[in-house]
Amino acid sequence: MADYGDGKPRLLQGNEAVVEGALYAGCRFFAGYPITPATEISEVMSYRLPAVGGTFIQMEDEIASMGAVIGASLAGAKAMTATSGPGFSLMQENLGFGCVAEVPLVIVNVMRGGPSTGLPTQVSQGDVMQARWGTHGDHPIIVLAAATTWDCFILTVKAFNLAEKYRTPVILLSDEVVAHTREKIVLPPPGALEVVERVRPSMPPEWYVPYEDNARGVPEMGIFGDGYRYHVTGLIHDVHGFPTERPDEIVPFLNRLFRKITQHFADIQMVEEELTEDAEVLVIAYGSVSRSAKRAVTEARQRGIKAGLIKLVTLWPFPRKILEPLLARVRGVLVPELNMGQMSREVKRVNQGMTRVETLNRIDGNLITPGEIFEKLVKL
Amino acid sequence: MTAEVTKLIHKYLRHEKKFPHVWCPGCGNGIVLGALIRAIDRTGFTKDEIVLVSGIGCAGRMSVYADFNTLHTTHGRALTFATGVKLANPKLQVIVVMGDGDATAIGGNHFIHAARRNLNLTAIIINNNIYGMTGGQYSPTTPYGAWATTAPYGHIEHAFSIAEMAVTAGAAWVGRGTVYHATLLDQLMEAAILKRGFAVVEVISHCHTQYGLKNKLGGPVEMMQRQKDLAVKVEKAKTMTEEELKDKITIGTLVDRDLPIYTQEYRKIREAAQAALGGEN
Repeated sequence: MADYGDGKPRLLQGNEAVVEGALYAGCRFFAGYPITPATEISEVMSYRLPAVGGTFIQMEDEIASMGAVIGASLAGAKAMTATSGPGFSLMQENLGFGCVAEVPLVIVNVMRGGPSTGLPTQVSQGDVMQARWGTHGDHPIIVLAAATTWDCFILTVKAFNLAEKYRTPVILLSDEVVAHTREKIVLPPPGALEVVERVRPSMPPEWYVPYEDNARGVPEMGIFGDGYRYHVTGLIHDVHGFPTERPDEIVPFLNRLFRKITQHFADIQMVEEELTEDAEVLVIAYGSVSRSAKRAVTEARQRGIKAGLIKLVTLWPFPRKILEPLLARVRGVLVPELNMGQMSREVKRVNQGMTRVETLNRIDGNLITPGEIFEKLVKL
Repeated sequence: MTAEVTKLIHKYLRHEKKFPHVWCPGCGNGIVLGALIRAIDRTGFTKDEIVLVSGIGCAGRMSVYADFNTLHTTHGRALTFATGVKLANPKLQVIVVMGDGDATAIGGNHFIHAARRNLNLTAIIINNNIYGMTGGQYSPTTPYGAWATTAPYGHIEHAFSIAEMAVTAGAAWVGRGTVYHATLLDQLMEAAILKRGFAVVEVISHCHTQYGLKNKLGGPVEMMQRQKDLAVKVEKAKTMTEEELKDKITIGTLVDRDLPIYTQEYRKIREAAQAALGGEN
């Protein structure tokens, strides 16, 4: 049993750190279905959650897991699920419901090789675009990417904070290497990190308009049983939550869904910069690959090459504003990733020809090595 | 009587907001909704304690009309959402309304597992033998040989018996009624809501707009008359042979058994975990 704040270092794998982060953030409900390489999250949750008064349930599939997570969140619990590629595909249906009904929840997707059953035990970053666009229809989404055990802890806390703050599903992308690598971690004491609670209504119930716009773009959230009876639906709805087909109600609703994310870009978009201040060449990486990239950048510096690293922590919404000034300045950019080139497309889109964008892709189920990145980096 | 009905409508329906409803004139869904609010009224639960969860389709629209905590979910998944609601707050009285396609085709897997799991939920399944909202395609309860817009040459699959499936899957309480037998339906609804454990009410209804038209069964009156003709009380059915019961609708309480309830069992898990690990709070 982890004891937050005892200052003792622990040796945890990424999947275990996800559980610690979730409990730190106040997660009290988990529904999941066994799948490699995410299963440890379910196992540790089943062991830990009941001890803190929470509830774990193994559902009949990932569709059901997402349904249960949404139901639990509507009834007031901070809720999450964890899965990998094939399960993530099944979750897309109810993920869209979560977006439209504005239900705070966290999905951890530990990426493995795809498509289909793919490479169950091997690493990949192939779900980056699915995380963005997997569920049908236009929708905003927040996606974070973890690279270390510490990331798995801290970004799970942040994922819950963002979910509760903006009433939206948040996806944390991990991968097989991050999930199963054991690293030293010192868990912070309670109160050391910000933990956000959803804003709940305080007006008399008869005045409550459940989907009314406000300055934040995030309506106050009544929970089932607290006296604010309202209707929750996956249909496009008016401010009262009732289905609508009126253009003058559809457009403001969908615009608000996007606005609540876009007007908070500064709070949501996170990157970690290393040696970028005087960088002439740049590596843009995320997840486990960013660790190889860090080593490659260090080696390049030792050889006198002014290299820098941008580690993307928020993948979506893509941190365009942070990248643009760097892209305008550097000689070239390398985007290494464990797919055929998913984030590199986004970098190219934002780049608009400002600098040279090179890609480095690996899809054989193994990590990109520092050497491979270094080789490409020196040629930029 | 009229005053009594109006009182219930004003108390339980979003009568000023969401009416008129989307259902066809003569649809059985209104009878089911009426039975449901009468039953809830008799049980004494407050509107804040009730969560009405529904799936997708004509039956799925029921949640929007009633003034409870209402949750209109995705197709077939209503029971999974209800599972989460109930586990997060076991004090809530969670009632789930689904149609036959909703509960037994796309949601069939969730249905049997919900029955096996035995949470204290009430599942109401309105069975009209067809996909009504999408225009009359065959469902898992469309009889062999019937006609549907996707069975233009006649249906070659065999139908599920929903209530019997619920019994086999392990539900604690299972009843079947029809929209013709309104008084019995009220009683079944009340018993299902009060039952501690997973309770299923299969309601035989009619879709004259789609199924009735395609199969030349007449309008709502003729189709309800047919429900009356085919219905056999459970008690009487026990004295009849399988041959005599062919094509009949058995109505009443099919099973009522006391089984361990999930949330109570989970409380024991919490106690064991807290003894072993200690709480953090």
